[in-house]
Amino acid sequence: MWPQAVAIGLVIAGGVASLVMSVGSFRSLDETRAAYYERYQFADVFANMPRAPRSVLDEIAAIPGVAMADGRIAKLALLDISNVAEPASGLFISLPAQGEPDLNRLYMKEGRLPDPLSDSEVVVSGGFAQAHGFAPGDTFSAILNGKRRELVIAGTALSPEFIYAIGPGDRMPDNWRFAVVWMPERALASAYGLSGAISSVSVTLLRDASEAQVIDRLDAVLDRYGGSAAYGRKDQTSHAFLEHGLDMLRNMSTTIPPIFLLVTAFLVNLVLSRLISLEREQIGLLKALGYRNSAIAGHYLKFVLVIAAAGIIVGSVAGTWLGVIVTRLFGTFYQFPFLVFAKNPDLYALGAILSLVAAGLGASRAIRTAVVLPPAVAMQAAAPPRFRRFLEFLPSPPRFTAQPGLMMMVRGLWQRPLRTAMTAFGIALATAVLIVSLFTGNAIEQLVDVTYFMADRQDATIGFVAKQPANAVLQVARFPGVLAAEAVREVSIRIRHGSVERRVMLSGRGRNADLSRIIDTNLRPVILPESGLAISSYLAGVLGARVGDSVEVDLLEGDRRTVVLPIAALVEDYFGIRAMMDADALARLLREAPSVNAVNVSLDQSRVAQLYAVVKGTPAVAGVALKETALANFRSTLAVTITTMAAIYTNLAAIIAVGIVYNSARISLSERARELASLRVLGFTRWETIRILLLELTFLTLIAQPPGWLMGYGLAWVMKTRLAGELMRVPMIMQNLTYVIASAIILLAAALSALIVARRVNWLDLVAVLKTRD
Amino acid sequence: MAPPVFAAKDLTKTYASGDVEVRALRGVNFEVGAGEVVVLLGPSGSGKSTFLNIVGGIDTATSGDLRFKDIDLTKLRERDLTRYRRESVGFVFQFYNLVPSLTALENVALVTEISTNPMRPQDALAMIGLENRMHHFPAELSGGEQQRVAIARAIAKRPEVLLCDEPTGALDSKTGVLVIEALLKVSAELSTTTLIITHNATIQDVADRVFFFADGNISRIQRNATRRRAADLVW
Repeated sequence: MWPQAVAIGLVIAGGVASLVMSVGSFRSLDETRAAYYERYQFADVFANMPRAPRSVLDEIAAIPGVAMADGRIAKLALLDISNVAEPASGLFISLPAQGEPDLNRLYMKEGRLPDPLSDSEVVVSGGFAQAHGFAPGDTFSAILNGKRRELVIAGTALSPEFIYAIGPGDRMPDNWRFAVVWMPERALASAYGLSGAISSVSVTLLRDASEAQVIDRLDAVLDRYGGSAAYGRKDQTSHAFLEHGLDMLRNMSTTIPPIFLLVTAFLVNLVLSRLISLEREQIGLLKALGYRNSAIAGHYLKFVLVIAAAGIIVGSVAGTWLGVIVTRLFGTFYQFPFLVFAKNPDLYALGAILSLVAAGLGASRAIRTAVVLPPAVAMQAAAPPRFRRFLEFLPSPPRFTAQPGLMMMVRGLWQRPLRTAMTAFGIALATAVLIVSLFTGNAIEQLVDVTYFMADRQDATIGFVAKQPANAVLQVARFPGVLAAEAVREVSIRIRHGSVERRVMLSGRGRNADLSRIIDTNLRPVILPESGLAISSYLAGVLGARVGDSVEVDLLEGDRRTVVLPIAALVEDYFGIRAMMDADALARLLREAPSVNAVNVSLDQSRVAQLYAVVKGTPAVAGVALKETALANFRSTLAVTITTMAAIYTNLAAIIAVGIVYNSARISLSERARELASLRVLGFTRWETIRILLLELTFLTLIAQPPGWLMGYGLAWVMKTRLAGELMRVPMIMQNLTYVIASAIILLAAALSALIVARRVNWLDLVAVLKTRD
Repeated sequence: MAPPVFAAKDLTKTYASGDVEVRALRGVNFEVGAGEVVVLLGPSGSGKSTFLNIVGGIDTATSGDLRFKDIDLTKLRERDLTRYRRESVGFVFQFYNLVPSLTALENVALVTEISTNPMRPQDALAMIGLENRMHHFPAELSGGEQQRVAIARAIAKRPEVLLCDEPTGALDSKTGVLVIEALLKVSAELSTTTLIITHNATIQDVADRVFFFADGNISRIQRNATRRRAADLVW
């Protein structure tokens, strides 16, 4: 019995482990974030403008609902690091003349804050320092407002504002090429001619304040300074990405553990029912001797309890171990001062209670049969099961009904429909879990393919500090190594349909742009319509708008008009939500001469070094986003997460498959040992006997596959839908090969566990069978 | 004289149980001719079941020779013993050992499917008078009927040897007589060598010879000058 107990224990352990891992990692991340935000005064609302007098902060602090307002200078600039060919970018943020910032405070990892009077001392973000092996005292250069400056690192720090720090034009963190640089206000202000002025505002809210109202009032105050619309934490990049990661864990914690609990209940029922039927006569005897029902029930409950306890212990240890791995994994791209897997006792208690409840539910039905039998009846052998005819009543029964081996299987299954259904259901669940795991990998590949190869075909995007006249694209085209160049004009907008509103980037591009293309929902490149917007299909879903509908658009630049535009096309994209339109149409809309913010370029790879050198000497350039680097970063961060998660899922699916198939095979062997031994005596070879034993399971495993595929598709769809967010989505792509691989793995797991059981056919006692009654 | 179907010389079987050795067979010598009906009589523990198990190829002797025609059964490997049972031996068990999920006909067909020269399952059942109960499950048949299905299953492959271990042990006398009658009928029709273990001394009268077992050996062999008809037996 102990291998069966181990198999059940493993399933319980799988449930507890998946719960502890997912909920534990979620909580660790969530609680760490909350503590970090609170202790380091992470702001609630943010706004940027080209320039506003510092005195505007008093006005902002007076807005009802605002608890505290802090202002600073924030500027993007190119970095030049010795021994690094490609240009990096830095987001320069001013530090107050005295003390620390009131909001978005720094956690100092190393060194100290810069001397407020120094022109060269800075604090750099921890990830950047680590990537380059920088320590206090090391130096690098930056081009601030066209002037090259030597900077000395006084310290390294982390900030709640940049837990997930991504550079301009990037989608994933790249600590090699992006830094947050904190610099004394005096030095930064003098570099940009912003003495007494600020370009960025952060605000915290009072407990009951309405964020929307504060944002409205803040926009009104900053409007005269050319402020682009204020936004809350939801639209703050770092916070939004972190939220997305948390969603993933939350999602996992609600889908996987329930599957295990269900399988646990079924397996406990299966094994305990068999145990009780084997011990039926002893139960009758004990009852006849005066043992109470409660004592009998207690005995079996203890048995279940011991298995469950072992499973809970193993699951807790495994879950903690996996949780530490997952938390550490998240720690590699979320920069926290401290991030440890929180071992909250209540979580372990929850895992234990849920497992015990599932096991108890499974046991209750089996134990009831032991309890309700009168002793006299129990002491006699159970009545033989009544088998029913199957299809033989038909005038011409199917051919297989003439094969006794097949009929043994069919009638065996037919006689216990619930057990048959539950076994098949369990195996189907295992297939489904595996499909989800494989699906994730496929979806990521599709995402890479569409994003990096179908849509964004440029090798690099050169971003400007501020908008440039249209001929800037011609200058870029003359840079060494540039083979083709296409202009991009980006402007912040608020897009509104009915009561739903989102803040997105509207990018204007040439109608026939060939480098960065627009891919429609049928994965075909589309030509931008002459007028109207092309928007992310996800954004259309959020807005509840369709092609042909009109949306209101607040232009958050220039004369800040509100216009009404039709939606002309939907775009299939997986990162962010955005809107696009024809560059000329956008220029007319903005009532400006055609301008550019960025240029997409394709490069002659043999000349990139020269290009980098030129770019580093071009003050107007704020940063260069490199596709290859972006893709490599995407793979190294997300791919690791995905493969780790997929490995966990695959193992969990295998545990379910082995748990169910092994137990079913063992029970089948136990129930049919006498029958099978008789067959051996009658001259059946071992293999023929094993075939009869395993026919039923093979059949169940096979018929479980199509429902498994369906459930897998469904689970993948749920996963995809729940993971879909405004930051990132995965496509619902399901290849036929996915089904094949998932089923092959389950069949293999089933075959291995069945063969372990089948070996026992060798040990059947042929002599005893001649003398024993069923 | 035709060569014997079985010939044993100094056949022994010893079971080791911890430090204790149990000698179940102590140098048994015997011969059984083709078509002979032999009844093995003796008290429990006298070695007759061990003897039948070794003859049937489901157990192996510790020492001695046992030949089935010109095959030395003591030298056969497990796989060859399976083939021997499959091709040459028909078993009838005390508790029938039918597959409960199969009808009478299917129980017989289960064995004919793996045989090289079987009779039709229907014919086997007809031989023992169960042609009208072919589509019943074991649970729908009486004990005697179940045992007769077991006999049909044993003889359907036309075995050379029929080994019966207490075939009437679980039956009342009237049904037991019917079963013995069926056994003798098929063994005569198919010229099958038949060995029947029993506690029931009355049954010895139907045999050609009776082996009396005591203390792990054949203590006496009795040849019946005339065999009684099964129908005449009463116990």
